[in-house]
Formats: sequence, structure tokens, C-alpha cells
Amino acid sequence: MKILVPVKRVVDYNVKIRVDKETNAVDLNNVKMSINPFDEIAVEEAIRIKEGGKCDEIVVVSLGPEQSKETIRNALAMGADRGIHVKTEHSPEPLLVAKVLAKIIEKESFDLIILGKQSIDDDCNQTGQMLSALLDCSIGTYASKIEIENDSFVVTREIDGGLQTIKLAKPAVLTTDLRLNEPRYASLPNIMKAKQKTIDEVDPADLQIEMQPKVVTKKVEEPPARIGGGKVESIEDLVDKLKNVSGVI
Amino acid sequence: MSILVLAEHNNEILKEATKKAITAASKIGNPVHVLVAGADCANAANDAASTEGVEKVLHAENSQYKNMLSEPISELLIDLMSEYDYLVSAATTNGKNILPRVAAKLDVSQISEIISVINGKTFQRPIYAGNAIATVESSTDKNVITIRTTAFETAKDSKSTAEISTIAIEKNPGLSEFVEEKVSGGERPELTSAGTIVSGGRGMQSGDNFKLLESVADKLGAAVGASRAAVDAGFVPNEYQVGQTGKVVAPELYIAVGISGAIQHLAGMKDSKVIVAINKDDEAPIFEVADYGLVADLFDAVPDLDKELGKIQK
Repeated sequence: MKILVPVKRVVDYNVKIRVDKETNAVDLNNVKMSINPFDEIAVEEAIRIKEGGKCDEIVVVSLGPEQSKETIRNALAMGADRGIHVKTEHSPEPLLVAKVLAKIIEKESFDLIILGKQSIDDDCNQTGQMLSALLDCSIGTYASKIEIENDSFVVTREIDGGLQTIKLAKPAVLTTDLRLNEPRYASLPNIMKAKQKTIDEVDPADLQIEMQPKVVTKKVEEPPARIGGGKVESIEDLVDKLKNVSGVI
Repeated sequence: MSILVLAEHNNEILKEATKKAITAASKIGNPVHVLVAGADCANAANDAASTEGVEKVLHAENSQYKNMLSEPISELLIDLMSEYDYLVSAATTNGKNILPRVAAKLDVSQISEIISVINGKTFQRPIYAGNAIATVESSTDKNVITIRTTAFETAKDSKSTAEISTIAIEKNPGLSEFVEEKVSGGERPELTSAGTIVSGGRGMQSGDNFKLLESVADKLGAAVGASRAAVDAGFVPNEYQVGQTGKVVAPELYIAVGISGAIQHLAGMKDSKVIVAINKDDEAPIFEVADYGLVADLFDAVPDLDKELGKIQK
């Protein structure tokens, strides 16, 4: 079995982002970037499947600028086998990402594609579902458990209010939720080893995809600031305010 | 500008999230039609027909729609979308699961979790877990949109009843099969729909101490949450996590206990209506967003709070 794991380079989850009023965008200068946390879970899951003897090769793919290679290396250091870097200036919208991934899958077939459920920058939560549509294959979003059977996957999904288990035909696209696993840290020897692993470069122009976005961002603003800082002196005072001022209890 | 809303229901009535999606759809344009698909869901179709703003209900009755699996519902929607300009759904796990699959088949982008409608092509949506608001504009004729339910009112009941039209499209790609569903939480509400949430952080010191919060939560009919620090320390499982990489919540009342207020936690709860913070460090960043901050040792304050709430109940 071959697994493809798409990963995205995003602003680290611990960074407080700032909106640059001049460029009308989130300021990405000198900001710490990391692999999208949900994608890291996807890489980990693929590695565990391989360690369980059910996968022969894990390929990691990323769309983005030159630095996206670092994100790929990061996944290779965790244990993925090979990388593909699709060089784009910015990070394209989910539909375009899905189209690029579908082209790559057309060239070499995969039995399973595992993605993060969403990236923590644009919060779209679309790419996996869109890819499944373009491939006309099954989709299992928000996976918290993946079991592999001969020609199907049994997937437990986090849904509103509980868990749903479904059985999906192979090939399938799965997206990860937080509970699926806890990603490992790459060990120093593995980081060294990852430097020898191959990363192929792909030019989106060669894929014959019209890379024009269908939705454009006109403006990015800071949300209205929350006015906090109110204090109470005692629990009695607190309960009284919640009951009689805010009316929430 | 005809709009189709994908309904979620329990066979008897529409979910509140869908009634909020109907409100958002009415802001985009009209007529608004609602698709009620399921097995044995005639009552839910009637409920949709008597909701304000709904002009027509499409009722699709088939066992394959029972569990809202993405593949068959998407097929149905793709067929129906030849007649509509917009597809709208609440950003519930079902809406988020199904709509992008339809969008890709229509070769359009999806606009996720909008919080306001500027005009038929322009919308506002939160990015970076709500730390920035983007105004986005669509360039396509057809549009697929999910709405953040906390940003829209629930559509009221209507005095008149809309037409219900039965539709029969039974294509099933046969790619997926329902196995089972487990509803979690027992008596306690789930985090994303709870009106009140009591959350604990690293200050709780152990998983055992979360019992203090559970007692308070039970008195308030609240859900129990946690910060990433508490989850990482192994006090409670991942599913409790409120924050950028956990669940993004916006309840009426959020009580943060022993939580310092890391950026990633604030991103997940700062849209709550009223925020209470209990922390012994008076410089904890959580106080900056709290409406009512109490600087106190939580092991004194939480039992006191529990007692006071007990008095109110009596």
C-alpha cells in the first residue's frame, strides 16, 4: 500500500498573529512557521500504519514557496520516505490544492491519502473533501481511529456530539482530528537521515491547471477587541454579577 | 438568486443550526428552498415548511440518506444544484463534511464559516481561529457557503406553510457504509453546542481535581473543557481541548479555572459572551479578556462557587 500525505507550512500555533494595515494581510515577516498541527498528525498516522507492516511507502507533498521544503524535511525526519514539492508563490486556495494533488495522484497511484482536517491559517476545512470529489473516491473526515482491512478502511469519525464509525472503499481520502494520535519528535539520527531522502520538484505549470483563484481576499482586519479586565472580589460577588448583571445563570 | 439550504434534523424537527443557516440564506437572497433528506423524516420536512423565510421544501426520502454519509448526499446535491445559484449549510460536522465535495464537483471554491453577508458575492469569515477577519469576494456564478452558527439568529416559526415537494434521486456511489454511532457525554452537553462551559488548565494539578469542575458544571448544565496545557499534562483526554487546534467555542458563559490564557487557548474561546477567570496569578493574560476576573486560589474558590450555586438551585 502507498500513502500520500499532503502537508502545509503555516504560522506556528503559538504565534500571536498581527494584521498589517498597509498590506491588508496577516504579517508573515519574521514569524515562526511550522508544519500544520493536523498535518503532523496525518504524517504520524501514516508512519504508524507503515510500522504496522501495512504500508510500503509514504510520500509527503507540499505546495508553497521554497521554504515548504523544510516542512517536507520535517515529515521525512519523522519517518516518511520521499517528498514532492510543488513550487507556488503563495498558498493556493483549497480547490486548486485539491486539483494539484489529484494530478499527482493520477501519475502514481495511492491507496490512501491522509490530510489534516484543516490548516490553522485559513481555517477552510475543504481540501480533503474536495480531493475525494475529484478522485471520485470515498471520504472519511475528522478521523480519530483508522483500521485497515483488505479492501476497505474502517474509520471512526469525530462528529457533533459523539463518534461515528463508517466503512470506506479503497482508495480513500481521510482527514485527521486531534484525537487520532500524538505525533512523535524526530530523533537526531533521523533528522540526519532525512537529509539524504529525495524531494522531487514539480512546476504547477507542467500540470496544466489554471491556477487562478475563484475567491479573492479583499481585506483582512483585526477582530473587534474584547474589553475585559473586570475584576470581582469574592465568589459571592461573582455569582451575584452573573445572575443579576449578565443574566447568564 | 435561488438558494438551497441543506437541512440537518432528527427526523422530527430541524436542528437549530439549520434554522440559523436559513437566516443567513435569507440575507443572501431569495427564494430560499430547504432540502430535507433522510429516512422517515416527513415531520422534519413539515418543520422546515413552517420556518420563516422558507419558500419551498424538497423532501427526499431514502434509507441511504439516514446517516448523512457524504457520498450519497453529495450526489443528490450535485444534481439539485443545476437549479440553484447557492448552496448553504451550517458549519456543523455534516455541513463541513459534505459541502466541499459538492463545491469541487461544481468546480467552485467553498466559502467556509461566514460570519456576515456583505452582499451576494462578498462575505466576512474568521481566519487564524478568529484572530483576523477576512472579507472575501467570489467570482463564480454558483457559490457554496457554510455559516458559523454563533453569528446568526435562529429563524422563527412562520404563520404560513411552504410547499413541500417530494423528490426521488437515488444515485448511490456505494463507496461508504454506516457502521455505528456513539453519542458521548451522557447527561453533559457537548462542548461545541453548550450554553455554558467550565474549563480547567494546568493549575488544576491533576485529572482527579477536574471533579471539582464537574460538580460546578453539573449545577450549571455546563460542558467541561480544558486548555492544551491540561491535555498535554495528561489530566484529561484530547476531546476536552478548547483552543485553536482543539474546539472553537462561543458559549453564553465561559468559566476558565487555572488557565493562564495562552494565545492558542484564547483563540478558541474569546467570542464567548461572558468570560469568568479564576486564577491566583493576577498578571495571567486570561484576565485581559475576562469580564469577571477573580484572583484567588482555585482550590478555595471552586468549592465556594460550587456551594453558592447549590444555594441558588435550592
